[in-house]
Amino acid sequence: MALEINGQSIALDEEGYLENLSDWTPEIATALASGEDVELGDEHWDIINFLREYYEEYQIAPAVRVLTKAVGKRLGKDKGNSKYLYSLFPYGPGKQACKYAGLPKPTGCV
Amino acid sequence: MSKKFMYVNRKAPYGTVYALESLEVVLIAAAFEQDVSLAFIDDGVYQIAKGQDTKGIGMKGFSATYNALGDYDVNKFYVERESLEERGLTEDDLMPIVYEDEDDDWAEKPSVKIVSRAEMAQVLSEQDVTLSF
Amino acid sequence: MSMLHIVNKSPFERNALASCLGHALEGDSVLLIEDAVVGAIDGSNFIEQIKVAMADKSVYVLGADLAARGMQENRVAEGIQVVDYAGFVDLAANNEKTQSWL
Repeated sequence: MALEINGQSIALDEEGYLENLSDWTPEIATALASGEDVELGDEHWDIINFLREYYEEYQIAPAVRVLTKAVGKRLGKDKGNSKYLYSLFPYGPGKQACKYAGLPKPTGCV
Repeated sequence: MSKKFMYVNRKAPYGTVYALESLEVVLIAAAFEQDVSLAFIDDGVYQIAKGQDTKGIGMKGFSATYNALGDYDVNKFYVERESLEERGLTEDDLMPIVYEDEDDDWAEKPSVKIVSRAEMAQVLSEQDVTLSF
Repeated sequence: MSMLHIVNKSPFERNALASCLGHALEGDSVLLIEDAVVGAIDGSNFIEQIKVAMADKSVYVLGADLAARGMQENRVAEGIQVVDYAGFVDLAANNEKTQSWL
């Protein structure tokens, strides 16, 4: 699979995740999201940016449980629950948000 | 009631795949919210040595991930003092791995606990399930 | 709360046996299988360490792995008990837990 953007071809794996994490740009995130009929707003970007920072620091994508806890701590208790995260990423916050953030699928996430 | 799971790590990282496999299993199993401990014995102490730089060997380093384990409620890292001493290492050579204690206003606390061989033997005997790597 | 410790690497090549003996507790059992059986042969460099351990622990060796390496039971040092696969199962069943030393 590949994503065509600005005349460039970006390699994706069979599930639509970036083959090379270093390819990522915000435009690619927007394009991956619009391919799934999601328009990225500020609240989506909060999560995507958080995931990228988390990956940068720990070299893994966080499990959903960890993501939920961390979002609650950073963005407020009202956002630290799976209902909020699923409202932004209906296909699953772990899978879908990690995809847009250019990260591999979280370990232990089916 | 949750069972006590122990992951015993006795190999240095990168030369074999044991260390990475152990870490991945710990991360996957963490989803089941069991009582998890890690033991670092023999060359296994090198898994949490600080300053690991894998650029020169062309492998992805994974030492940063040990610092994430606190988020997964994995915060009991037992390191054997004799194993450190035999290798000319001290606690200062290890990464300062910490976790945030949710029940104590997210206070940062050390995850690493240096124990003697005798204490390690005792800890190993108190587990319900032991996984060796 | 006894434990069965299983070692499968030659003590001439790896330190698994030494590490195992250093962590096994009184009343535990140690079973040598696969390449680890070479440590149980009388006259091997490791017999002294094994004898010390046998003061308060039991040491076993799997006969099939000895035979596969051309060693008869009479070559095993005194005090080390030779077991067959059924004996292996009994050891696993009679100890509350097992731990492998890889």
